[in-house]
Amino acid sequence: MLVYLVRRLVNVVFMLLVVAAVTFGIFFMVPKLTGTDPAMLYVGKIADKAAVEGIRHKMGLDKSIIEQFWLFLRGVFAGRDYNAGVDMTHCAAPCLGYSFKTEQAVWPLLLNRVGVDISLAVGASVLWLVFGTATGVISALRRGTTLDRVTMTVALAGVSLPMYFTGLVALAVFVNQLGWFPNSYTDFADDPVSWFQGLVLPWVTLAFLFAATYARLSRATLLDVLGEDYIRTARAKGLKEPVVIGKHAMRSTLTPILTIFGMDLGGLLGGAVLTEKTFNLRGLGYEAVTSIQSSDLPVIMGVTLFAAFFIVMANLVVDLLYAVVDPRVRLT
Amino acid sequence: MTTPTETSGPASGAQPDGASTPEPDKQIEGRSPGRIAWSRLKRDKVALAGGAVVVLLILAAVFAPVLTALFGHPVDEPHPDQINPDLGLPKGAFGGISGDFLLGVDPTFGRDVFSRIVYGAQISLLVAFLAAALSVCIGVVMGIMAGYFGGWVDSVISRVMDVLLAFPQLLFSIALVSVMPNELLGLGDTGVRVAVLVTVIGFFGWPYIGRIVRGQAMSLREREFVDAARSLGAGRAHILFRELLPNLTAPILVYATLIIPTNILNEAALSFLGAGVRPPTPSWGQMLSDAVGIYQADPTYMVVPGLAIFITVLAFNLFGDGLRDALDPKGN
Repeated sequence: MLVYLVRRLVNVVFMLLVVAAVTFGIFFMVPKLTGTDPAMLYVGKIADKAAVEGIRHKMGLDKSIIEQFWLFLRGVFAGRDYNAGVDMTHCAAPCLGYSFKTEQAVWPLLLNRVGVDISLAVGASVLWLVFGTATGVISALRRGTTLDRVTMTVALAGVSLPMYFTGLVALAVFVNQLGWFPNSYTDFADDPVSWFQGLVLPWVTLAFLFAATYARLSRATLLDVLGEDYIRTARAKGLKEPVVIGKHAMRSTLTPILTIFGMDLGGLLGGAVLTEKTFNLRGLGYEAVTSIQSSDLPVIMGVTLFAAFFIVMANLVVDLLYAVVDPRVRLT
Repeated sequence: MTTPTETSGPASGAQPDGASTPEPDKQIEGRSPGRIAWSRLKRDKVALAGGAVVVLLILAAVFAPVLTALFGHPVDEPHPDQINPDLGLPKGAFGGISGDFLLGVDPTFGRDVFSRIVYGAQISLLVAFLAAALSVCIGVVMGIMAGYFGGWVDSVISRVMDVLLAFPQLLFSIALVSVMPNELLGLGDTGVRVAVLVTVIGFFGWPYIGRIVRGQAMSLREREFVDAARSLGAGRAHILFRELLPNLTAPILVYATLIIPTNILNEAALSFLGAGVRPPTPSWGQMLSDAVGIYQADPTYMVVPGLAIFITVLAFNLFGDGLRDALDPKGN
């Protein structure tokens, strides 16, 4: 178990390094290939040569790509100083870079935004996990009935609807026509009630989309599992049906659900770009899109790494949970 | 090609003695797995309906110039007379729907929405199909090699797939699109955007099929027909692509059909976020994104592209689901 955990943690670090290297490589190579100068992006087109050189030196863009990557990695653990003569900027550890566009370090910026995504992801994931899985299980147990057909039709429609479309329709109906909810986000710490009201629609919209996927998956998996020999054995030895389903069948049904749950939750924590744009929430996804539009490379880099971190960690937690849920899985 | 399916010829002992056999003259015919699947698919009315819609959509996209000439107006032709100059919105009710403008006109310019939807289908389907082809090609080659060779080949390919799945795809794609130049390798603006969309969507999609193919190849390599081929002196390439690949046709076909709707949603999402083809080239996601600011005043302009995406994705999903059920050897 401990050996497994250590190996997995090494793996996590390795994955993050690769993601960082690839992101770094692409965003520092592409401008070279296409002939745009990242330093120029910061100072604008009318700046004189000296100013461009100054910013290039301060950002470390005059160094080789390996050296730049090394400075970036060291900054994450030890902090980093950006020097240009007397003009010095300190970026405290963990330094994920410094945005010269907005004159602030990337890490505090990300911390500031992640609250929105945590609120969004946690609330929505509870909804979709409970409703999606429950619907799928009930459908599988009542296979072929009208209930099954209706829920599966709704689920199929759910996976075919673009989230930003259902979101816009929800906004049009519940915010503008009925006026039931405000269309604004309030921090939980400021006012928990407004926080809740502002998030109901994003939660439900997002959860509907995911619940549809989970309902389809859990129904298909449970039907597969119910055909297994060990279920027949459990029934043959006289166990009651709720025990057969609840204790025996559900455990292996949950394994694939957990797999995609890890990916989905991790993905959302690192920035729910579409939801944020539709409901005008200012989270990591918003920050990323804004920085992409203004070509603010350090912020793009920071968000990408931050998001990858969430995905990798969520997958690790899921792999550990397998052993708890599925008796066939042993961590070795 | 050697097919490890159950012998589907005349089953032994299928004809019990006695005169109770209903049609004694009828020749019992062996049915190939393909024919069994086709006869199942023919009975699945919902899947066939989905398939029919898919065919119609493809025809509509291919014959877009003909369709718009018959039922619409040139795609980029503005109709200021249809627009209320004070509001910048269509004059007529329901987004200006009339006998002349079947789906209304778009705000500000008064362009024919029907024509823009039909031309939007071109971009949407083109990107979805090409990206699916790319994912399938990379995924099949990588998956089959990982599954068949095992060992370090498997480790490396599996690790690459893990890293790709840990990437925040959407963010990464928008960022990549934003640093791409307007012209590249002789491609025009729309050409570059389509190429980038196909590349990012296709490239991030291959690990999903890679994992499926890897799993299948792992179990197939233990089968006798592979041993037989090897003992007859078949080379690696022959075993991989002449022996294993034909047996993977069913999962690959199903997956390819089901990845297309996902790609359509991805393309629409990227266009919605402003990373798709650039205006004035029409795309569904871009129309929805234009609708964000004005959906209260002109809901039709939000509903039409939303429904276009929904119907297209639903049709592909229905057909893909039916195909999967029909090709499932466990089904009846």
